[in-house]
Amino acid sequence: MVPSLKLHDFMEEIRGAKTQAQEREVIQKECAHIRASFRDGDPLQRHRQLTKLLYVHMLGYPAHFGQMECLKLIASPRFIDKRVGYLGAMLLLDERHDAHLLITNSIKNDLSQGIQPVQGLALCTLSTMGSAEMCRDLATEVEKLLLQPGPYVRKKAILTAVHMVRKAPELSDIFLPLCAKLLHEHHHGILLGTITLIMELCERSPAALRHFRKVVPKLVQILRTLVTTGYSTEHSISGISDPFLQVQILRLLRILGRNHEKSSETMNDLLAQVATNTDTSRNAGSAVLFETVLTIMDIHSAAGLRVLAVNILGRFLLNSDKNIRYVALTSLLKLVKSDHSAVQRHRPTVVECLRESDASLSRRALELSLALVNSSNVRSMTQELQAFLESCPPDLRADCASGILLAAERFAPTKRWHIDTILHVLTTAGTYVRDDAVANLTQLIGGAQELHAYSVHRLYHALAEDISQQPLVQVATWCIGEYGDFLLENCEETEPLQVEEEEVMALLEKVLQSHMSLPATRGYALTALMKLSTRIQGDTEAAILEKMPLVEHGGPQTDEEAKESRDDTAPVPTEPQTSKLLDLLNLLDDTSGDTQQPPSLNPSPEGALVHLLDLPCAPPPPAPIPNLKVFEREGVQLNLSFTRPPGTPALLLITVTTTNSSEDEVTHFICQAAVPKSVQLQLEAPSGNTVPAQDGPPITQLFRILNPNKAPLRLKLRLTYNHFGQSVQEIFEVNNLPVKTWQ
Amino acid sequence: MQFMLLFSRQGKLRLQKWYVPLSDKEKKKITRELVQTVLARKPKMCSFLEWRDLKIVYKRYASLYFCCAIEDQDNELITLEIIHRYVELLDKYFGSVCELDIIFNFEKAYFILDEFLLGGEVQETSKKNVLKAIEQADLLQENRIRITARVSMGGLRKNLY
Repeated sequence: MVPSLKLHDFMEEIRGAKTQAQEREVIQKECAHIRASFRDGDPLQRHRQLTKLLYVHMLGYPAHFGQMECLKLIASPRFIDKRVGYLGAMLLLDERHDAHLLITNSIKNDLSQGIQPVQGLALCTLSTMGSAEMCRDLATEVEKLLLQPGPYVRKKAILTAVHMVRKAPELSDIFLPLCAKLLHEHHHGILLGTITLIMELCERSPAALRHFRKVVPKLVQILRTLVTTGYSTEHSISGISDPFLQVQILRLLRILGRNHEKSSETMNDLLAQVATNTDTSRNAGSAVLFETVLTIMDIHSAAGLRVLAVNILGRFLLNSDKNIRYVALTSLLKLVKSDHSAVQRHRPTVVECLRESDASLSRRALELSLALVNSSNVRSMTQELQAFLESCPPDLRADCASGILLAAERFAPTKRWHIDTILHVLTTAGTYVRDDAVANLTQLIGGAQELHAYSVHRLYHALAEDISQQPLVQVATWCIGEYGDFLLENCEETEPLQVEEEEVMALLEKVLQSHMSLPATRGYALTALMKLSTRIQGDTEAAILEKMPLVEHGGPQTDEEAKESRDDTAPVPTEPQTSKLLDLLNLLDDTSGDTQQPPSLNPSPEGALVHLLDLPCAPPPPAPIPNLKVFEREGVQLNLSFTRPPGTPALLLITVTTTNSSEDEVTHFICQAAVPKSVQLQLEAPSGNTVPAQDGPPITQLFRILNPNKAPLRLKLRLTYNHFGQSVQEIFEVNNLPVKTWQ
Repeated sequence: MQFMLLFSRQGKLRLQKWYVPLSDKEKKKITRELVQTVLARKPKMCSFLEWRDLKIVYKRYASLYFCCAIEDQDNELITLEIIHRYVELLDKYFGSVCELDIIFNFEKAYFILDEFLLGGEVQETSKKNVLKAIEQADLLQENRIRITARVSMGGLRKNLY
């Protein structure tokens, strides 16, 4: 049998393992030894075995069989055993394990034996993993130790009391009476622990809070002594006397001074002193100063002191240390509502922080900047924010865009500036704006009669450059439809560029047919084309489509438009038209029955719209891919037709058509699809869920597939529907997908 | 403080001190996610980040990351000082400490931490006192004296300072 390894040899062997499997093997072998040793090995070696076990526990391997050993070691009289045993208890036992209660007795014994290092171990363990029950059992022991003179055990007992109060709040009554006296001790560890305990008690009970207000003068005195007495090597960091203690005192002062004028007054002078005298060349000083600022801002301080505090934060913003800038930005953000004008003074510095390379800082700078925008600085701030929008990391774009739009809405100095601002945001970060941005802008433009010409010109030019950003495209097409006649005249406020009718129509058609356009966008484009077809012809008698009246904000504008155009397309102008668009309209009128429904402007396209887009006015794709029948069952058939639009080689469009030649209708039809991981699939809403019997109008659905890596395409379909009184579920993979669909 | 983790640049855990009760499974999950998050940070980024509902303060010393999870009302800057103080204590004890010291003497690293923090709070602000306490405990361990009732071992009730 392989002999058991010494601890360090064991570690070496584990570290030498080249694979996970090898490591596991070494560990399993040794754990077998450890188990055997626990069972009947030399008790003097037990602590070594447990140490080995604790090491593998840290590596992530199971170690629960060591729990009982911890108990045995803790009960041993040898110090090394207790040391390792208590460590094991802290690592392997917690209140969820029943075994944890078993150490209560050992702890009780160790606490009462009077051997300080041992008492230390017991208190440490109790405060790390002691459950509420254990705390209740041992409260009296801990109380005794709080009162005995030796500072080593005393400071630990105090912090153990903190833990006990957290776990079993009713124990507060035991420890509360002892606190005030402890503040008169000189040992820093005792003071620190006591202050922590008082904080814990105050946070749990308003009565305790009132009770401890009386120690404010004592706290002030302790802090003053720390700040004014000379350098003490033992407790100083970078020349600051015990910053840990200073910070803790300041925190307690904050709790006691909050909402209490008298206490606040007592600490005012001292806070001013600390705020002005603390040396912040190193982090320790900044930590104290930071805590001071937080306290000043949270209590009833004099106005001058508050301004001083905000200015300190402003100075922090200029600090070369990133961490300090971070806490400054976070704090200023919390203060911007209550002390707005004080924070405003630091706006330029805040704006500078937008240029931070660290995203967590620039995010805070963004939030703070947005909070600082008001009517007097809106122009310059918007400029800064827009510059930021252009270069900021993607996860901040949405917040920045909506922030700018919100600020513009609240503080826009003129309507034209407002329109310009929204336009700029839509062009820079259109994909990141919220859905209501479109409605807001159309509302705004509609209501600014004097700016119709200006708006349509600007939007037209923006659209001509880029038709990919959907919100911009939607607003622009709407605007062109409404005010297209202005477009053909010159506008003084924009560049004089003669725009021809054909150009406008061509642009709208381009939008209509672009595969980047969402169904809603196509709806806008279509409506615009229809409106223009009558407006631009200038026929006064057929002023059928009058300018839309301003709709109530928040109303579904698209529905209104749909209603209007639906009413008005019925009488079709009879003049001969060269526009391809009217071919469309004629076709609409000529076909009977179901296509009487005009193309819907709602996001879910109906079958008619899809068919419209398939009409000959769309250029046929080169080398068409043959259709594929993929499914047939009792007269229900699924056919796939494929399109690879030129110009977008990674894109494949599949139209799934479901027909029903049976005697019974198909209802609740749902088709779902899955593709390989490297391929992206987007399903558009189907034209409907029902196929009437005997070759009623089919359901069509469009799949968009993006396959930039040209991975071999696989498609799995899942159909569910009701037919002949049964619910049908079919899952199948589509075989024989033509190679041209993905190559 | 809710917990402190020490881990290497490869994400190997070297010390874990939990001051809140969580199941082993939860601890593993938190450790895995947090280690990933911190290791993904670029060197010039600030030492603070928000993670779940906690504030995380971390600092890298040579090949080891020291990572603390503190609560909303805790002071981030002083937490940096806590981390630094712990590193100083390790350094003094081991004499120019390096990661290997902490690996091979992990139990000592815990003992030192337990003389500096207790229940997640600072218990002793004097470096000297912490180191003296460890020294005394080490001596007691070396002596291998049996600790029995105080009747026979009155001399052992040393006042540590």
